[in-house]
Amino acid sequence: MTRLTGGLIDRTRPLHFTFNGTGYKGFEGDTLASALLANGVRLMGRSFKYHRPRGVLAAGSEEPNALVSLRDGARAEPNTRATVAELYDGLSARSQNHVGPLHRDLLALNDLLSPFFAAGFYYKTFMWPKAFWEKLYEPAIRKAAGLGELSMLPDPDAYDRGFLQCDLLVIGGGAAGLVAALTAGRAGAQVVLADEDFRLGGRLLMESDLLDGAPASDWVESVRAELASLSNVRIMTRTTVFGVFDHGIYGAVERVADHLPVPGDKVRQTLWRITAKRAVLAAGATERHIPFADNDRPGILLAGALRAYANRWATLPVAKAGDAVAIFTNGDDGHRTARDLLAKGAKLLGVIDSRAGARALGDYRVFSGAQVTGSKGRLGLTQIEITEGGKVSWHEVGALGVAGGWNPNLHLASHHRGRPEWDASLLAFVPGQGGPQGLIPAGAAAGKGGTAQALADGARAAQAALAELALTAPQIALPEALDAPAAQEAFWHVPGKKRAWVDFQNDVTVKDIKLAHQENMRPVEHLKRWTTLGMATDQGKTSNVSALAVMAELTGNSIPETGTTIFRPPYTPVSLGVLGGGDSGPHFRPHRLTPTHGWAEAQGAEFVEVGPWMRAQYFPQKGETHWRQSVDREVLAVRAGVGLCDVTTLGKVDVQGADAREFLNRLYANMMGTLKVGMVRYGLMLREDGHAYDDGTCARLAEDHYVVTTTTANAGLVFQRMEFARQCLWPELDVQLISTTDAWAQIAVAGPKSRELLGRIVDDFDLSNEAFPFMACAPLTICGGLRARLFRISFSGELAYEIAVPARYGHALMERLMKQGADLGVTPYGTETLGVLRIEKGHAAGAELNGQTTAQMLGLGRMVSAKKDSIGAVMSRREGLAADRRRLVGLKSVTPQEQVAAGSHLFTEGAAQTMQTDQGWVTSSCWSPHLKSYIALAYLEDGDSRQGEIVIAANPLEGRELRAEVVSAHFVDPEGGRLRD
Amino acid sequence: MTFSGFKVVKEALTGYRGWGPLWRNPTPKPAYDVVIVGGGGHGLATAYYLAKRYNLRNVAVLEKGWIGSGNAGRNTTIIRSNYLLPGNQPFYELSMQLWENLEQETNFNSMVSQRGIINLFHSDGQRDAYRRRGNAMMISGAGARLLGPGELREMVPFLNFDNARFPIKGGLMQERAGTARHDGVVWGYARGADKLGVDIIQNCEVTGFRIEDGKMLGVETSRGYIGAGKVGVSVAGSSGRVMAYANRRLPIESHALQAFVSEGLKPVVPGVITFGAGHFYISQSDKGGLVFGGDIDGYNSYAQRGGLPVIEDVLEGGMALMPMIGRARLLRAWGGLVDMSMDGSPIIDRTDIDGLYFNGAWNYGGFKATPAAGLTFAHLLATDTPHDTATAFRFDRFNRGYVIDEKGVGAQPNLH
Amino acid sequence: MLIPHPLLGLRDAQEFTYLGDAALMNRPDPDAPGAEAAFCDYVFLRDNPAGVHRELWYHEQGDRSWLVVTRNTLTHEILGAELASDVKAGAAQ
Repeated sequence: MTRLTGGLIDRTRPLHFTFNGTGYKGFEGDTLASALLANGVRLMGRSFKYHRPRGVLAAGSEEPNALVSLRDGARAEPNTRATVAELYDGLSARSQNHVGPLHRDLLALNDLLSPFFAAGFYYKTFMWPKAFWEKLYEPAIRKAAGLGELSMLPDPDAYDRGFLQCDLLVIGGGAAGLVAALTAGRAGAQVVLADEDFRLGGRLLMESDLLDGAPASDWVESVRAELASLSNVRIMTRTTVFGVFDHGIYGAVERVADHLPVPGDKVRQTLWRITAKRAVLAAGATERHIPFADNDRPGILLAGALRAYANRWATLPVAKAGDAVAIFTNGDDGHRTARDLLAKGAKLLGVIDSRAGARALGDYRVFSGAQVTGSKGRLGLTQIEITEGGKVSWHEVGALGVAGGWNPNLHLASHHRGRPEWDASLLAFVPGQGGPQGLIPAGAAAGKGGTAQALADGARAAQAALAELALTAPQIALPEALDAPAAQEAFWHVPGKKRAWVDFQNDVTVKDIKLAHQENMRPVEHLKRWTTLGMATDQGKTSNVSALAVMAELTGNSIPETGTTIFRPPYTPVSLGVLGGGDSGPHFRPHRLTPTHGWAEAQGAEFVEVGPWMRAQYFPQKGETHWRQSVDREVLAVRAGVGLCDVTTLGKVDVQGADAREFLNRLYANMMGTLKVGMVRYGLMLREDGHAYDDGTCARLAEDHYVVTTTTANAGLVFQRMEFARQCLWPELDVQLISTTDAWAQIAVAGPKSRELLGRIVDDFDLSNEAFPFMACAPLTICGGLRARLFRISFSGELAYEIAVPARYGHALMERLMKQGADLGVTPYGTETLGVLRIEKGHAAGAELNGQTTAQMLGLGRMVSAKKDSIGAVMSRREGLAADRRRLVGLKSVTPQEQVAAGSHLFTEGAAQTMQTDQGWVTSSCWSPHLKSYIALAYLEDGDSRQGEIVIAANPLEGRELRAEVVSAHFVDPEGGRLRD
Repeated sequence: MTFSGFKVVKEALTGYRGWGPLWRNPTPKPAYDVVIVGGGGHGLATAYYLAKRYNLRNVAVLEKGWIGSGNAGRNTTIIRSNYLLPGNQPFYELSMQLWENLEQETNFNSMVSQRGIINLFHSDGQRDAYRRRGNAMMISGAGARLLGPGELREMVPFLNFDNARFPIKGGLMQERAGTARHDGVVWGYARGADKLGVDIIQNCEVTGFRIEDGKMLGVETSRGYIGAGKVGVSVAGSSGRVMAYANRRLPIESHALQAFVSEGLKPVVPGVITFGAGHFYISQSDKGGLVFGGDIDGYNSYAQRGGLPVIEDVLEGGMALMPMIGRARLLRAWGGLVDMSMDGSPIIDRTDIDGLYFNGAWNYGGFKATPAAGLTFAHLLATDTPHDTATAFRFDRFNRGYVIDEKGVGAQPNLH
Repeated sequence: MLIPHPLLGLRDAQEFTYLGDAALMNRPDPDAPGAEAAFCDYVFLRDNPAGVHRELWYHEQGDRSWLVVTRNTLTHEILGAELASDVKAGAAQ
């Protein structure tokens, strides 16, 4: 055990956990990383390429090394950073990316071969023989690559999404963020304070500095308590603001239950969309390291992290208690760590400071003008080599903290076009101009590090935000902090011949950068892509700036000339589950149910997804074992008697107004202006580019009142287009529209006995052919006073009607029709039968009106009126559309029992089958119980003059080819006598 | 020098002293026979084929930033030739054949990996449409397979077969499809073109054209005027901006398309899978990241970034299709600018200005077209006649009524 | 994004459907000479500016208004929004 005294852990609450199957004990307040370190476990993983032993580098979310797989079974969570995994009782974690035990990874062989795996090596080899890439090289590479493993089981947890609006979003609850939130909170602004940690305080929790003479955590707690008491402030811990989007929209993920063994009745995480008038980016800073030879061993970490582990978690990353610790720094900040470690009772070898004449902050040795030039320890640091004034010496140490300076966490500020600017005095990039509107960087994120500076800057940022919102900001009494700004020198890496890691996870070394330079991969993005630098799970947080400095040194340019570091969302990796927001499985999209859905369900109907709708597909009866039996029965029942089908899903638009007639005449390609009151007409709409768009019916209920129907698929789009025409093209027309798809239940009553059946439910309404002929429509009442609309239209080719009633009566109407028609053999039918009936009749549907076809191809060319303008009329006359000779035809399989599959391509018999000789394709096909043959609809070159010809329907995809006769598309009652009787 | 495994070993043992620049950083000459505007995959491939196949070597590629910085370096690396319409399919099949020999052609491992693509379908209507497409692929020699649910379940058992809003009914597969390493493609063509004498000039932004009497004379750039016998514009999302220098309007809108990659994972997804009931497609890179994307954001944009709603939409699809990815994490999201055209298909054509040629309007799909776009654009630049496989990609197809509309949604770019 | 609806205030862009350049409101005269060419330009060609763009948005999940939104395509900054019918009526005056 390497526990020190103090720290922000609760020793009264021990927690038990396992790592690679071994049991350990930690305390509440620990992270997995701190608890492992406290147990003397430094080796936590392996690097990506060379499988080098890896321990923690950092103490926060930037951690690139200590990635573990957390939890088991379907909840297994690969690549979890041990440094932010909150310890809970029963936690189990495993290391990743090794073959055999972690301490004896067989793939560590790669490390020996590392000279061959230099930057970009794979672009230069694995090319011969050609077939070996997919068969041999790539599978081996893929197997070796990757980090953690997915369980391959569906994620069992629930996710949610939430929406928040606020005046001020404060991102980060450290010194600057807390002051900003308090300033805005006291001003009465709506404030959201989000912090990724489970405890507010940020860096204050990691430091030993006093605020107003007391531990900083006391001040943090007092601010937290006040903020919690304000109803206008919402504190969100365990919440990462991961991205900033346009117009002040921030994406955040709250880890609601990741600190619990299982979520129980909670969601695992919530995705928040926060709309903020202003935001303060108080995300702190990330320390960088200084590459030196063999700088990647467990036990070598950032000095600030070393300090954090000592101060907050009361532990040291050494193999055993009493091992010495050293600090390697290029500035004052390393000495703060030394001071804190001494105060914690650590055995300190000393501080190796690159600056000549560096001085100690306390009673410890300083190696000034010195560098760490090597290290030893196969699975964890045991010795370091110090070079001081040309003198080389080896020293036993258990841990080394490296302090290379701090990079502001400006990530969100660069999510738009904001380019970071180089601050030569800070030796760091700071947020530049052009960042997201309304986002104000503050504290260490703005380059104002150090407690005193950050506190003041947090207040400044909040005041600036409040002033822009015209709110009065109170002056906050800031606590007294005694820290002074830390000086440092520009010392970026220790020169040498051995490998010095820059990007630890991806094994990118200074040598790789040199090679990239030598090969002219100098632009920073080329450098990154050639070497994979900065592409690890920390996205370069711990490596980019150091790499730029090395490249700058090689090119002789300055760092800002060499490049900048632009970041993309997300700030830290976000689970894919929460981004889906919980809308998965059957809840992926809403279900729309027809008014007769419950009734159909009770009849045992099978349902099918039709866009957002669920529709009855067919109604199996007792003894029917195959869907075809049900469908054949339903089809024959309609043609011989009467059938019922819920057609509510067709789009319905109510069109009213003095100019409704003119409006519709401009929308439909065919003449609609001559439609008389009480009549219905088939209508075809074109797109403005002249292609066929949608079809349906247009019923004129009164002089100034029409009802238009659309296809189910295009219901929303046609309505949108109609509104476009009304508002954007012809607002001068007096016409109003409303979609009534959901308001009216509509049932098709089809078959020779449909009139008889309807006669039993209408109230005093003459249904005779003379009084209510084909294509008539009328408002009426049924069943003793129920408001209804009746349309004599037919999709099946039989005598047929569609009757509409207010949606809430749809179910009752269906039951009434079933009851009244029992003696007529009334038969409910579903979408399959609807399809067979319309194919038999040669009516176009979605497969024919697929957006690639024209009125002419549909055989409706003459419908496009030349006497008037309408949407699409002008462009439908263009050369390419006019010259298109493909026409809709019927096909009858020469062998009636074999199906001409939809999607087959048509060829002239005996012709070679190429794209040039392709004559068309089969759009729809079905078994016609009426004709006792498979039949199909197809588009065929010159189709209208080829009736009687045998063509080849080729389906090489499924190894089939059939001969089929070209016939009229109207298989049933081509003269149309039935529907007019 | 030639790249090979032997060479890699030799250099490793001798301290990499033999590795030199992959391409030069030349100073622009006063004039070139052909100037290609845009150092993306298409522009570099065009220059490569001009030099290699048409023996035109006095060629410059002008790139405003670093080569491959546009869509070539921002796409999801999918290659396929699974198109329906006769105007498209032979072109993409040519591209696929060029992909299949790319490494040997350029002596650079672009990691062309034919692990297959599966387009899932969820209804009988979708199946019929895919059968039509699959048969077009068969007829053109691209190859295709129609997979039933049983076969699919064996190949990709992790999909949501049992609890889906839109059940998976099968898939159309092209086994020859797959992915390639996008940067590797750019670098391979760049190195190849450079070796043949092409000048690749980075940090050289074209700021205007010099046109007199309807004839192109050269280009104004941030590095001065450069004369040109012919100018080929190949600038993806910036087509509108660059062609505006010639006062030409295009049948194109610029839109933002986002793409995503997860943290590295051990192999889970074998090839490319596309969801037929939502906006989601996915593959896995050789490094282990799940690479996925979905729909464009849907409004004109030059901002190279997208919004949160599309991220949510993509992951809704992802979680609906393969709920086992829920515990993986998104590592990085980025945006590219795509030329969305009025029929969803590209343009490779001369313009009405003598000496000005255009290659663009690639919608979502420019990456897979890289080799064929390069070859056919080079053919057009060198011979002034369209390549056999690219005869349909003309400007005048719109006005004449010969659009190539695979999706059948007409002149609304954000629906393609 | 947020769209400042002239009647309803700031609304999330997700409630809207996008169509494109507001020039789509200027449907050519079908009876004028050269109507076919004018229609081809109208349907197929776009200014597609990198900068300020007047464009049509439809409040599909709202009040069904068509809006003309003025937006910068480089920054996504929105400079204004009007009812399309007002714009059309204004243009007609």
